[in-house]
Amino acid sequence: MKHLSITSVLVWIAMAFASVSQAQAQSQAGSDTSDLEPLLVRLVDASLSEAVELIPQLETQGGRGILPLFTAMFDNSLAVDPDSMTFYRLAEDNSARPVYPPADAGDSAELQLSAAEADELERIRVSNRLRVLLRDAIARIRLFEGDADERSIAAAELLSQLGEDTVLLLREALASEEDAEVREVLEVGIAMNVLVSDAPDEERLQVVPTLHGRLEAPVRNLLNSLLDPNGRNEQNPEVRAAIEEANAAIDTRIRFYGFIEELFYGLSLGSVLLLAAIGLAVTFGVMGVINMAHGEMLMLGAYTTYVVQLVMPGFITYSLWVAIPAAFLVSASVGILIQRYVIRYLHGRPLETLLATFGISLILQQTVRTIFSPLNRMVVSPEWMSGTIQINPVLAITNNRLFILIFSLIVFFALLMILRKTSLGLQVRAVSQNRNMAKAMGIRTDRVDALTFGLGSGIAGIAGVALSQLTNVGPNLGQSYIIDSFMVVVFGGVGNLFGTLVGAFSLGVSNKFLEPAVGAVLAKIITLVFIIVFIQFRPKGLFPQKGRAAE
Amino acid sequence: MSTRKPKTSMILKAGACLMGLMALSPIAVAQDTIKVGVLHSLSGTMAISETTLKDTVLMLVEQQNERGGVLGRQLEPVVVDPASDWPLFAEKTRELLTQEEVDVIFGAWTSVSRKSMLPVLEELNGLLFYPVQYEGEESSKNIFYTGAAPNQQAIPAVDYLMNELGIERWVLAGTDYVYPRTTNRILEAYLKANGVADEDIMINYTPFSHSDWQSIVADIRRFGSTGKPTAVVSTINGDANVPFYRELSNQGVSSFDIPVMAFSVGEEELSGIDTRPLVGHMAAWNYFQSVDTSQNEEFIANWHDFIGSESRVTNDPMEATYIGFNMWVKAVEKAGTTDVDAVEQAMIGMETPNLTGGTAVMGKNHHLSKPVLIGEIQENGQFQVVWETEGLVPGDAWSDYLEGSRVLEADWTDPIRCGNYNTVTEVCSGQSY
Repeated sequence: MKHLSITSVLVWIAMAFASVSQAQAQSQAGSDTSDLEPLLVRLVDASLSEAVELIPQLETQGGRGILPLFTAMFDNSLAVDPDSMTFYRLAEDNSARPVYPPADAGDSAELQLSAAEADELERIRVSNRLRVLLRDAIARIRLFEGDADERSIAAAELLSQLGEDTVLLLREALASEEDAEVREVLEVGIAMNVLVSDAPDEERLQVVPTLHGRLEAPVRNLLNSLLDPNGRNEQNPEVRAAIEEANAAIDTRIRFYGFIEELFYGLSLGSVLLLAAIGLAVTFGVMGVINMAHGEMLMLGAYTTYVVQLVMPGFITYSLWVAIPAAFLVSASVGILIQRYVIRYLHGRPLETLLATFGISLILQQTVRTIFSPLNRMVVSPEWMSGTIQINPVLAITNNRLFILIFSLIVFFALLMILRKTSLGLQVRAVSQNRNMAKAMGIRTDRVDALTFGLGSGIAGIAGVALSQLTNVGPNLGQSYIIDSFMVVVFGGVGNLFGTLVGAFSLGVSNKFLEPAVGAVLAKIITLVFIIVFIQFRPKGLFPQKGRAAE
Repeated sequence: MSTRKPKTSMILKAGACLMGLMALSPIAVAQDTIKVGVLHSLSGTMAISETTLKDTVLMLVEQQNERGGVLGRQLEPVVVDPASDWPLFAEKTRELLTQEEVDVIFGAWTSVSRKSMLPVLEELNGLLFYPVQYEGEESSKNIFYTGAAPNQQAIPAVDYLMNELGIERWVLAGTDYVYPRTTNRILEAYLKANGVADEDIMINYTPFSHSDWQSIVADIRRFGSTGKPTAVVSTINGDANVPFYRELSNQGVSSFDIPVMAFSVGEEELSGIDTRPLVGHMAAWNYFQSVDTSQNEEFIANWHDFIGSESRVTNDPMEATYIGFNMWVKAVEKAGTTDVDAVEQAMIGMETPNLTGGTAVMGKNHHLSKPVLIGEIQENGQFQVVWETEGLVPGDAWSDYLEGSRVLEADWTDPIRCGNYNTVTEVCSGQSY
């Protein structure tokens, strides 16, 4: 603050011209804190609408030094000690560190408040209108202060509101900018401005290639408006042709990334279907038990996640890794109990099994309702599960979906390995193919049945952990997946794990490609009708069992 | 769907057994109590919302009894469970009115459950207080609507977005059933009347408990990237909300890029979830727990006391139940009897304080006057009021923005006494409710 460079003085002047409020604040480019203090005092007691007026004044008076205060306010974690007029940023653990007035690095550690002390602070409220103002103000400061990523984001944000003052800022930033990527964005902004200015046509023609294939929304909107007879409607045919070309390049790229996005969504839905169905592929597919309580195994897994997070509140980051084995154990043991005490006695009587397991599903739901209340429970997403990988302005892949996609494949192949490579797997396959023969070979079919059912249920429990990250954890969680699960297994071919894999992903992808065209409700109906028709022609699904296994 | 049958019949049987037990005991009690029917789902999908309202009625009954009851008689609550099963609402209503002979019923949440109760109420001349915001287009002699009509929630919320936030593009997203469809029909007509072009309105419906919002949120994001300020008006119901907001935050759509204005998300719905993705999004209601008045403070303290937990929240339908109950008590005292016709007439024009510092007035169309508040969701699951109407907005049963219902008025006072009076032809149109 005390060492203002010439550039920043220039910026200040630029902003001074731009801002109306500056006129009231009697522009003094090198403002000292004496002008700032009264504004800050007003901010403490300001109503939300008064604060809206204060932000531009704070920006002009506070200069770049105000950035930490603005970012804290933007993040909804700004608090103040009204007596000393010190502003603090509240951290996750409720401690607070000062953001204003600026302190030396040495002092700031000393000035840090513990959670108890921070409790005394007065919180500054923010609303959406404030957040918008703050975001823009922060972008204007970050354009010069931030690291390369922040500068690039700031520049991109400023593209959506190109006034004369913003363009001055961009030019200013370009003069000192060294990072190539940031320079590109800055040049785009300047080019956009030139395009709508009254510069000579040659100059405007020259800047169009800068916008070629840029995916930023403001660029697209500007070009569309230039081509729109009701919009800016470019008159010069040469410039118009160049714009059309640039626009076409953008459209091609957007369509391509749109397709990738659709595909990812489809795969992601498929992975959820796979997770939901994979346990059923074992109990229903391999053992032939119609288990209507399968959905409740998912639910138990999700509730296990909730309990795990309840028990270890300080370790949310690791909670899922604990929850996965825990959920497997819980669901598997419930599954084994059900198998030992109910399903075993109904062997070979599918209708009775269906009714009994349906009853069990109701019992489990109501039990959970009694223990945990009918309200949905909160399962927190760990930090590493949230957020997105922003590939470009139109394509972003959400982390949680990506993790779940990978996770579903890991679970699938792990199950495949168990069934193919372990002796339990061999026994399971033997019993499902020919129970009597297996018995004659000395396999304890009862035990194998129980273990298989436990395995299927346990995997459903693991799936429940993943689902807890996507949907509500409540007593009805299972019901929303049971129909989908049966659909996938029947479509893929009963008894064939690969069928389940292919079935889940093809249903997911087709659903997601249908959805934009016909809407979510109709997409579901069409998928269901398709499967009904499909089953008429291929009653054994996509990949029917062949040879002895089919008997 | 074959799976539903056994469930329904099982619940029916279980319910019948329970009812049998319940019916036995109170008959023995002398006739000097006033019976209050409580018809909220305690199991099934709606249990999540309705259980709270059952507890609210029980609390209010208990308090009233401590004050000496009504007309010198104690109130006796009769709780039944319609199990989120719409036809069962009709059966339970009949049972409450014929077997239990209750004097009033507090109950229902979804519009479809109210619609299934309505014919029974009218046939047996019962009295229902319905405490939830709904789509309007109805006014029955036997029902008092203490929740918001569309002009007390949806229209002011849209006004706020349009005038205060300068929104020009609109996504109307809802769950696929009667309330969102009717509300969105009204809103669409209203937006167009305000000069919003067709291509600036996107309407999207999703099934109940929809959990995969990826492509819809991506659509919304694209729709909102044209440079015009965009907002989502959400009538998304219940369970589907959490994945919706999560997906919004995952795809980087923030509350100030594309704010979401919800009509079905309140404190109760927020209490079970991770609220971080929702911060800054908005809801429109007639009451928020965070409203700072002495009545509200007392109500919250009583609620915490009654339910035995400091962490339980209060919400708008609870306030509507509170107002409805107090009005009914006053009306019975004014009429000097619990007779439905007398109470119905006494109700009209009745005033009781609401919890936000104003006075609720019952209109002659059986709807209340209410303040409209817009709140932004905070990290602690509470709302911060950012805007409110000046004064109270009287509830309008028939929307002024829909063809056909524009000319209808509900007026249950003499000489009209009709729920769908056509002001042009001056007849009771008999339009179906």
